[in-house]
Amino acid sequence: MIGAYEITLVAVVSINLMLALGLNLITGFCGQVSLGHAAFFGTGAYAAALVAGGLPLPAVLLVAGLFACALGLLVGVASLRVREDFLAITTMGVGFVFVGVVRKQGFLGAEMGLTDIPDHGLGDLGFVGLCLALVALMALLTWHIKRSWMGFGFAAVADDERTARTLGINAAAYKLAAFVIGTFLAGVAGAVYAYFTRFIIPGAFGFTVSISILTMVIVGGVGSIWGVVVAAVLLTLLPEFSRVINDYKLLLYGALIVLTMRFAPGGLAGVVAAVKARVRPGGGP
Amino acid sequence: MLRVDGLTCGYGRFVAVRDLSFAAQQGEALAILGANGAGKSSTLMAIAGHVAVGGGTITFDGEDITALSPMGRCARGIALAPEGRRLFRDLTVRENLIVGGYVRDARRTDEAMARVLDLFPRLKERLDNQAGSLSGGEQQMAAIGRAMMAAPRLLLIDEVSLGLMPKNVDICYEALDALRRGGLTIVLVEQSLERVLAMADRVVVLESGRLAWTGTAAQARGNPEVLGAYMGGVRA
Repeated sequence: MIGAYEITLVAVVSINLMLALGLNLITGFCGQVSLGHAAFFGTGAYAAALVAGGLPLPAVLLVAGLFACALGLLVGVASLRVREDFLAITTMGVGFVFVGVVRKQGFLGAEMGLTDIPDHGLGDLGFVGLCLALVALMALLTWHIKRSWMGFGFAAVADDERTARTLGINAAAYKLAAFVIGTFLAGVAGAVYAYFTRFIIPGAFGFTVSISILTMVIVGGVGSIWGVVVAAVLLTLLPEFSRVINDYKLLLYGALIVLTMRFAPGGLAGVVAAVKARVRPGGGP
Repeated sequence: MLRVDGLTCGYGRFVAVRDLSFAAQQGEALAILGANGAGKSSTLMAIAGHVAVGGGTITFDGEDITALSPMGRCARGIALAPEGRRLFRDLTVRENLIVGGYVRDARRTDEAMARVLDLFPRLKERLDNQAGSLSGGEQQMAAIGRAMMAAPRLLLIDEVSLGLMPKNVDICYEALDALRRGGLTIVLVEQSLERVLAMADRVVVLESGRLAWTGTAAQARGNPEVLGAYMGGVRA
């Protein structure tokens, strides 16, 4: 029998995995640093909370994803006009604006948030199954994208946008596509979160959430699907199993970002690739 | 096929090339020569659509492409093998070649890749290696191959021999010569005077962003005016 604690773990890990996979598509695949991913997560959560009473679960997930990707499209269009470093600042601003605006909206519950979000109706095991199925679907989707024309296009734009344009690649369209797909995934994660907690407040979608997700992507290795999955699971579970880590979570995340950028910019995936290269016959000194 | 009339281009307020005119016919190899900073690469990048044109026109196959985006130029058959190769380092050689064929019908990618591998057999054994792990010579081959994946009618190539071992320079020039004989128009910027004059049909010499001399490669060989401009304005 699965208990409430295990359900919580699966749900929290799954939500973070969905968010990390979405951000990995934007930042890892297409090279656009986003510091405001929580805004798209929150948009999905609020959209789901508003429509959950009148729509079946699949439709709620879809609506949540569409609302988030509509915001993602807006931010993406704006991002076409700013340089990479300014994009990070712009998306951070979007995150703050999102929380600020939601806090003032009566129909979104303002500071008190939205409560009494309807039950998903799947039962405990059903909800765990939904979480795992969505994570698997998203991982498969991002894996498929990475190995497709679109993935090569993303990689080209991320590596050298000017050369990509020389080859006829519409860099702007690829950047927008990355934002739209990545934020759609964040919106679906938001819907799962709303169903899981059954109440949402603006503070749940703040800057620290964006940084936590970014940490998972950086530590896992930007662009690596398996690396990001491993990092998201570890960084979600470690604070659960250690009170000390939980108390200093943000400090740990900040330190991990700095250490990874300084000593292993390729993250876990980069370290594993380097080790594999060394142990391969003739691969190292 | 390619006509540049009164081209003035640069970066912001800095004018790199002034009032430059030349033309390249189909199947011709045209070399742009000059000292460092003469405006060779800027001219090439202006033709590719990456440098702002302040005056003049660029015409390709009778169409004015001066205001066209780099993507539009690529779709019309202009490909660039840029200075420094600029391969996508995290992609494999195969993936770089696939990306090079982006503007083509995907069903013809295999056919185009086979032609590139015929041109550069050494790439066959490196297809699944990351582009960042290739030697300089292999990178240049992959860069030319990537440009050829779009089946261009005009190939712009910047600094073919820069930093390459003589053997690899030979391989690249033999491939370019084969492409030219197949009807491809090539405009190349090169530092190696001897190599480029052996291959080019015609030569354009730039000095401080202006046209200093133009003529056939045969006329250029041993010409003190060409040599002077090539050495940086020290006229014989």
